[in-house]
Amino acid sequence: MSESMQPDQFRTSVREWVEGNFPSSLSSYVPSMEDDNDGSLPDLELWRQRLADKGWGAPTWPTEYGGAGLSHPEAKVVGQEINRVGGFNPIPALAGMGVTMVGPTIMEYGTDDQKARHLPSIASGAVRWCLGLSEPNAGSDLASLNTKAEDKGDHFILNGQKVWTSGAHISQWCGALVRTDPDKKKRDGISFVMLPMNREGVETRPIKLISGASPFCETYFNNARADKADLLGPLNQGWSVVKRLLQHERQSQTSASSGGTKRESLQDLAKRYVETNADGSIADADLRSRIILHLMDDQAHKLTVGRITAEARGNVEVSAAASILKNSATNVSQARSELSLELMGSQGIGWEGDDFNEQELNTVREWLWGKAISIYGGSFEVQNNIISKNILGLPETTQKG
Amino acid sequence: MAALSEEQSMIRDQAKSWASEQAPVQKFREMRDSGIEQRFTATTWAEMIEMGWTGILVPEEYGGSELGYLTFGVVLEELGRQLTASPLFASALVGASAIILAGNEEQKQSLLPKVVDGSELLTLALDEGNHHQPALTALRAEKNPSGFTLNGSKTFVLEGMAATTLIVAARTSGKAGDSEGISLFLVAADAAGVARSSMQTVDSRGYAKVEFNNVEVASDGLLGSLDQGFDVLESILDRARAGLGAEMMGTAAQAFDMTLDYLKTREQFGSVIGSFQALGHRAAVLFSSMELSRSCMEAALQAIDNGDDDIAEATSLSKAKMGAFLHEMSNQLIQIHGGIGMTDEFDAGLYLKRARVLESAYGNQAYHRNRYATLLGF
Ligand SMILES: Cc1cc2nc3c(=O)[nH]c(=O)nc-3n(C[C@H](O)[C@H](O)[C@H](O)COP(=O)(O)OP(=O)(O)OC[C@H]3O[C@@H](n4cnc5c(N)ncnc54)[C@H](O)[C@@H]3O)c2cc1C
Repeated sequence: MSESMQPDQFRTSVREWVEGNFPSSLSSYVPSMEDDNDGSLPDLELWRQRLADKGWGAPTWPTEYGGAGLSHPEAKVVGQEINRVGGFNPIPALAGMGVTMVGPTIMEYGTDDQKARHLPSIASGAVRWCLGLSEPNAGSDLASLNTKAEDKGDHFILNGQKVWTSGAHISQWCGALVRTDPDKKKRDGISFVMLPMNREGVETRPIKLISGASPFCETYFNNARADKADLLGPLNQGWSVVKRLLQHERQSQTSASSGGTKRESLQDLAKRYVETNADGSIADADLRSRIILHLMDDQAHKLTVGRITAEARGNVEVSAAASILKNSATNVSQARSELSLELMGSQGIGWEGDDFNEQELNTVREWLWGKAISIYGGSFEVQNNIISKNILGLPETTQKG
Repeated sequence: MAALSEEQSMIRDQAKSWASEQAPVQKFREMRDSGIEQRFTATTWAEMIEMGWTGILVPEEYGGSELGYLTFGVVLEELGRQLTASPLFASALVGASAIILAGNEEQKQSLLPKVVDGSELLTLALDEGNHHQPALTALRAEKNPSGFTLNGSKTFVLEGMAATTLIVAARTSGKAGDSEGISLFLVAADAAGVARSSMQTVDSRGYAKVEFNNVEVASDGLLGSLDQGFDVLESILDRARAGLGAEMMGTAAQAFDMTLDYLKTREQFGSVIGSFQALGHRAAVLFSSMELSRSCMEAALQAIDNGDDDIAEATSLSKAKMGAFLHEMSNQLIQIHGGIGMTDEFDAGLYLKRARVLESAYGNQAYHRNRYATLLGF
């Protein structure tokens, strides 16, 4: 369809479809990564199903894998039109790490059988994926991981512990990085396997975060079975697979900038929470100038995303530049949270109860949760290591082995 | 650390070992999880009274030791390290300062000994909106034949649920925004027409919202002079700010120590993470910043003890610098701990949450930079 339509015709058809299909009961719903499609919201399930039928959960994926085969500019139009009616695409959140990371990596490394078995249920948001990479002693230094996978012919037997596994307790599948050859050099003995979370020997223990929720877990493998048919990429080549996967992760985070459509702008927050002069400007000159510094950073970030995308001629490719964008997106979003708290003043230090409204309480929780953005997906420091080594060609001093 | 007297050093050592042994952060966590409304434990408070900390500012004739603000700061710093929750700051620093600075002889005699023995728990009820702005006081106190009638509300009243006497800033003339026309009143927390409700804040400390509905205050409840309360209020607030600076230093210093310890023990890539220069330099910058902030914090307390005439400048400098350092330190505490730092089970989050509340209390960084600018004539 995309070839036969003019851009504005395409937009019109998307608009008509969205207006006719988005359940208006969801317009006040705030989606989050922790959404569990437990059936308590029938309209959410209806909307997921309608989007999935269109292939718009993962619109750039090929139609044979549950996508709609759209170009990136077209996919952007779909997103814009959904936002325009106060809607959202719930599928990437419902699929956990599926749409943003596991799917694109399967597309690249998977066998035809793996693509056919896994991609459609990711694109429809029916199956949620988690990623078991980090371990207690393997965080930034992921390659030192210890979880063992023993070769048993047609399957592996997994033993070890993962940690910080987002959504493990509500996921159906897991992509896990495991050691398949302990005798090889660290990075050369690692493989990427996939296994269902309901396998015997897989156990999760939720960890409570400083923001109150428990979206991540300790994940234990106790003689858990992973089929050879679900080894992604060649045996002992898991390091290349995961490097690629982490690039997709960074890529997905670069746009996680300040401007969600449902968030109130800092200008509007300022009008309600701080003293303004007769002309509407913020009376506190110090605060005003820091807000402007932040908004300029935000704009510079958005322009850079645009420029890099344009230079890649619309073909959004993962690249080293993702590290620059991940760090700038992190700075922008963390600064925005801090400024929001500051604007709210003592209304921005609430935890619960009637003395604070929902927006105020959410702002506090989001501020706390947001401290994680500079830690996961390669920390702020690790991104800087990548920039200095991969972009600038400076010698590596720490990441050996 | 300022050159402490022998007595001050003794008090610091006592506070340090007591706080780390009897009131460590683990106790604070237990208090938080228990959800008690009072937000501090009675035994902790009783032991503080026993050690004489409630009398550090109070002249000997009223039962105190009058050791001064730097000494009080030494204690608050140790409590800040452990996030020890108690009404010590609200009552024995802010409350006692108010009575000492503004009270008449009768008020001093009736209240100060009770602050020292803990039978009275004072707190200042000042803020009405979401930003610290003393001149915006709007709560009305109307003259009546036997005294005053108070109507209005106060928010974020520190230890407001536990307090026995509220020191209320009220408007007796003029309009919100004027510094003229503000007066201070002593109001029994259980007086008819006073309604208190506890607020649940991110730092799990005791704050209350207090409504005043035709609250009758006898004329001897006026603290200081009618309509002219603003200047003494500012003096009280400067003592509060300087004292809070010491608590902030303790909280930040503990965050620094935890971080330094982690830099020396957590290994990745076959080395302790402190050996990565990006992190080594960050620790060096934080440490330097801590030293500079400490100078400002101690100078403010000493200026008060010396009765200098630049107390306002010194306290704004202290509160702004401490705010900036604690802000950055609390963020780095989480960042350098990685995933562990994000978990509720680990203490970093407790420090981060407390840090933002301390930062915003009695004027945030921006408030004090603007005030400093005004005081310097900019
Ligand atoms: C909310 C959240 C969700 C997560 N979800 C998942 C998930 O789903 N699956 C999963 O596998 N993992 C997940 N993680 C884990 C995450 O990837 C790790 O936390 C991250 O890799 C950092 O590892 P670490 O926590 O062990 O910290 P460490 O690696 O121990 O790092 C500690 C500090 O040292 C710094 N550091 C380390 N090495 C260097 C160096 N060479 N140079 C300079 N500084 C360095 C780090 O930047 C950090 O500041 C999640 C983490 C969080 C917080």
